[in-house]
Amino acid sequence: MSILIDEHTRVVVLGITGGEGTFHAQRMIEYGTKVVAGMTPGKGGTKHLGVPVFNTVAEAVAAEGADAAAVFVPPFAAADAVMESADAGIRLVVCITEGIPTFDMMKVKTFLRGRPTELIGPNTPGIISPGKAKIGIMPGHIHRPGSIGIISRSGTLTYEAVQQVTQQGYGQSTAVGIGGDPIVGMKYIELLERFKRDPGTEAVIMIGEIGGTAEDEAAAYIRASFPKPVVGFIAGQTAPPGRRMGHAGAIIAGGKGTAQEKMAALRAAGVHVAVSPADIGGALREALARNA
Amino acid sequence: MKIHEYQAKQILARFGVRVPRGEVAGTAAEARAIAEKIGPRVVVKAQIHAGGRGKGGGVKLASTPGEAEALAAAMIGMRLVTHQTGPEGKRVKNVLIEEALDIARELYLGIVIDRAREAAVIMASTEGGVEIEKVAAEKPELIHKEYVDPGTGLMSFQARKLAFKLGLQGEAFKQGVKFILGLFKAFEGTDASLAEINPLLVTGRGDVLALDAKMNFDDNALDRRPEIRGLRDLDEESPLEVEASKYNLNYIKLDGDVGCMVNGAGLAMATMDIIKYAGGMPANFLDVGGGVTEEAVTKAFQILVSDPDVKGALINIFGGIVRCDMIAAGVVKAAREMGTKIPVVIRLEGTNVEKGKTILAESGLAFSAADGMREAADRIVSLVKR
Repeated sequence: MSILIDEHTRVVVLGITGGEGTFHAQRMIEYGTKVVAGMTPGKGGTKHLGVPVFNTVAEAVAAEGADAAAVFVPPFAAADAVMESADAGIRLVVCITEGIPTFDMMKVKTFLRGRPTELIGPNTPGIISPGKAKIGIMPGHIHRPGSIGIISRSGTLTYEAVQQVTQQGYGQSTAVGIGGDPIVGMKYIELLERFKRDPGTEAVIMIGEIGGTAEDEAAAYIRASFPKPVVGFIAGQTAPPGRRMGHAGAIIAGGKGTAQEKMAALRAAGVHVAVSPADIGGALREALARNA
Repeated sequence: MKIHEYQAKQILARFGVRVPRGEVAGTAAEARAIAEKIGPRVVVKAQIHAGGRGKGGGVKLASTPGEAEALAAAMIGMRLVTHQTGPEGKRVKNVLIEEALDIARELYLGIVIDRAREAAVIMASTEGGVEIEKVAAEKPELIHKEYVDPGTGLMSFQARKLAFKLGLQGEAFKQGVKFILGLFKAFEGTDASLAEINPLLVTGRGDVLALDAKMNFDDNALDRRPEIRGLRDLDEESPLEVEASKYNLNYIKLDGDVGCMVNGAGLAMATMDIIKYAGGMPANFLDVGGGVTEEAVTKAFQILVSDPDVKGALINIFGGIVRCDMIAAGVVKAAREMGTKIPVVIRLEGTNVEKGKTILAESGLAFSAADGMREAADRIVSLVKR
């Protein structure tokens, strides 16, 4: 089983005719994802990668039954693309674009309030349910189907965790990157709720980093109402305060949002915290053994 | 991105936010001329990107233009040390000369983005002129907040609420409301990430002005705010960080001696962590980006080893679809060109891993390939300690 996407998910790719869009849509198709449409304003009526291209998301929904969107448009157009997808009734929008201004994201989140659309990202590698579908830019071949859910704020660090899970002999139900920006769509709690309801997910790995309070909120939720084993890792234990560590969201501001704080909150919630990033797979094995 | 106080005040003035009369001076003679125009009593303020300037001797009162000239002469060119600059301090290039005002009250006003609420929040406090973090920790009830709905923007009633909470009355109330509304317009209109007025000054006559001003901006928005980008002062940043930013590399200098170069910010932080876990200290944060090119790797390696503190380097690339032989070739080429002698341990994941390892092994350089992060970190730390 999996959450949010599977072999039935019908994807429209926004920005499919661009360089990034073409490259990654091709790989999504090769992975087996049902890419049913593309959207580039002004290129409606053409075909790209063997897929019909539409001028609007609404047309892609009406003609091809798209229910998920992958956004590969440039930063200043990305907020608009997310809102157009929501307006067209898309159920899940995955926004890969990096570099969207914070003010744009605040508008997006306000627009999504009260609408049924879920947003993943921006600034995310995307989401993959191994063996079924991937919407994003992650390398498909390192994943394998299984029962471990992964939620992460990072890209390549997620790949590292996936590989360790695979090396321990487990696979993934679904791996989701929530994005490295200060304001993102679905956060840990919304995804933990999905993994809680998914009978195919046995345990969850949660990868966080410095900055903000999302991990602390997740810890409170896990303590109160998440019954499955959780393994945690927080990147940035050696990061200096006041400096943005690559991700716009990864900054220790006013002494708040340190790795130490977050690790303590997770431990207090019963999460198996890996101190070294090389121990994520090992911590998962221990957590599952203790739960058996 | 950060800017100077005088630049922040110019922006605020453009949005109708009242600031003291003043001008910036790069020489003592200019300082005197400005003081003659707006004085005779003026304040001379050193312009560097750091707080705590007053305590460090960077803010002084002059009673005459002659005094202003002497103070400016002493300040311009000095290295000002504050609790935010580090022991080496920062060189003062310019001073701001401002009219000296009578101070009836010192208040606090700040705007930041609240990540959890996904909205801008305006904070006001009667405890101005001190560090707001201290007030937040000790007397949080003295900080009043209004969240701005991104759909409507700041509403007048919210500005009035804050002005009442600050105890403003009569003329000061009127000016205070206008000030708060203007400050938010400036914040929104420049894609700021922080606007802080500390202290916010109320004079005996009820005038409300920004005695100090600090603004930071969203780096992601600079492409649509060229007038803000133009305010960047490269002298305030470390030369290696400036060089890295030209190639879209994210580099931050740290205190240790193990250099590292990684693709992806999260993995880069995790690599720093594992170096420390192995008993070493990272010399830097360096993210070459999720998708890696040979050119970026070559440039990143050059920047990495230009830091004289680096005694060894760990390269950790989890590429997925990146060709490891291409990365290996890029690093070997850069090392040969620079005549690098330091040990380098490389961990590569992606396609053509074996070919990449062969290139490293046959390079004749002090390079080796490692399987996994732990092995890579353990090896580079032991090599650096040797």
